[in-house]
Amino acid sequence: MKTSEEIYNILKEKFGEEVILNLNTTEPIDAIIEVNPSKINEVSKFLRDSEELKFDTLMLLSGVDDANGTKVKDENEIETIQGGTLSVYYHCHSMEIGHKVALRVATPRENPQVQTVERIWRTADWHEREAFDMFGIKFLNHHDLRRILMPDDWGERYPLRKDYVDPEYYNGIKIPY
Amino acid sequence: MAVKTEELVLNMGPQHPSTHGVLRLLVELDGELVTDVKPIIGYLHRCFEKHCEYLTYPQIIPYTDRMDYLASMYNNFGYVTAVEKLAGIQVPERVEYIRVIMGELQRVASHLVALGTYGLDIGAFTPFLFLFRDREKILDLFEMTCGARLLYNYMWIGGVSHDIPSDFVPSVKKFIKEFRPTMVELNDLLTYNKIFVERTANIGILPAETAINYGITGPNLRASGVKWDLRKNDTYSIYNKFDFEIPVGDGKLGTLGDSWDRYYVRVLEVEQSLRIIEQAIDNIPDGDVFEAVPKRIKMPKGNVYHRVENPKGELGFFIMSDGKNNPTRVKVRPPSFVNIAIFGELCRGHLVADLVAILGSLDIVLGEIDR
Repeated sequence: MKTSEEIYNILKEKFGEEVILNLNTTEPIDAIIEVNPSKINEVSKFLRDSEELKFDTLMLLSGVDDANGTKVKDENEIETIQGGTLSVYYHCHSMEIGHKVALRVATPRENPQVQTVERIWRTADWHEREAFDMFGIKFLNHHDLRRILMPDDWGERYPLRKDYVDPEYYNGIKIPY
Repeated sequence: MAVKTEELVLNMGPQHPSTHGVLRLLVELDGELVTDVKPIIGYLHRCFEKHCEYLTYPQIIPYTDRMDYLASMYNNFGYVTAVEKLAGIQVPERVEYIRVIMGELQRVASHLVALGTYGLDIGAFTPFLFLFRDREKILDLFEMTCGARLLYNYMWIGGVSHDIPSDFVPSVKKFIKEFRPTMVELNDLLTYNKIFVERTANIGILPAETAINYGITGPNLRASGVKWDLRKNDTYSIYNKFDFEIPVGDGKLGTLGDSWDRYYVRVLEVEQSLRIIEQAIDNIPDGDVFEAVPKRIKMPKGNVYHRVENPKGELGFFIMSDGKNNPTRVKVRPPSFVNIAIFGELCRGHLVADLVAILGSLDIVLGEIDR
């Protein structure tokens, strides 16, 4: 069983500082390792296959809107966020060894792109579709990236972003009703 | 002239009695053989996670009730323990005991629905009535305690909404005594029934490795022979005080990890839950259940991922807080959402008639898949 710090050091040795960015232990309860979004698939593969880590399950993959950009108001007083990042969090667990780890990748809000991990943990397939559906994060090389909970024709709107505004009409139905 | 061999795409649902809710299955058929199934979800989507960002921590509890509406108590349990972990709240021993008893009663109730409707899917009507009759008695116990029969809002952050009434303990004991014979009856009626076994054994085989890679949890994983239960393996609350077994599938009447195994693991789990209740019910310590309920919750900055063993699998809450009254992000890991994702894989190569048998054995609730 390894602590997040030990796992962080193992990863850093293997991948270097450009891929494994830092370890955030200051405020959260769970320590979080920050990873480069274009290398997350390689890091995940290592986490799963390495003999000393053996992270065989992905418990949860969640998109998060960091809302750390600048808030801009347009002429209709509608606030949008420009700049800043969206993140994806990965919570992994090893059934065999019993340790856990949390990873985070941050990707620019204007063009959010993250490498997919669906071939490493098949469970990520639907989780990634959900993150795409709710935040518009594009998972590169995902085999079937389409909306999952919202209707297919919802357009370029991503409900869980902090600056989301409901459309006035959806297929002729007035919302909010 | 060549025979026309087009693949047929069949729509099953969203309104279909055996899909256990509003689920649409896009089935690709080659004659009667299923070549691919795509589950299409989202018909019950109501933006639980968006709502959470506008609500205070206690206000979210009733929303968790409505996720897996057959196991509302346990959703409460998962959410409040996650918040307590983040806020660092210690709850009194009495509250822990009450929560475990309620949680296990809820597990029995949830499994009874799963077993009963599964029989119904296959065509056995009587066991369904027997099991629903006894589930009703559990709902009576809940009603007696908190007034609600389905959506309880019972567990609070730091406590529970009502202390147990004075006749609760004898009523639970009476229920367990009356209920045990039903499970014996169920085995005679359904479990070893030849027609039922023929329909379910060797159908929808799920190997352990695939299950783990797909993140399958709960009875579905245990049916594949993996001894994994969060109550024991990543223990929370006071589950380490009780003596109980983790039943796993063994391919008794077919292959390891088939639909019958998934069904039978649930049958065995009911008995284990009863054992936990029996051990807890006599040892409830005295105390005030409202003692640790904070007037105003002071949330530190940070985030937590906490998981519990819901009747259907691993229910996880990922909560991010920036120290304000409402969370910045709540993400749920609903067990059914993950469990249904493997459905296409399980059905490949089976007959259309087996679709329902496989779907029922996964025991999904759409309220929690769509949130």
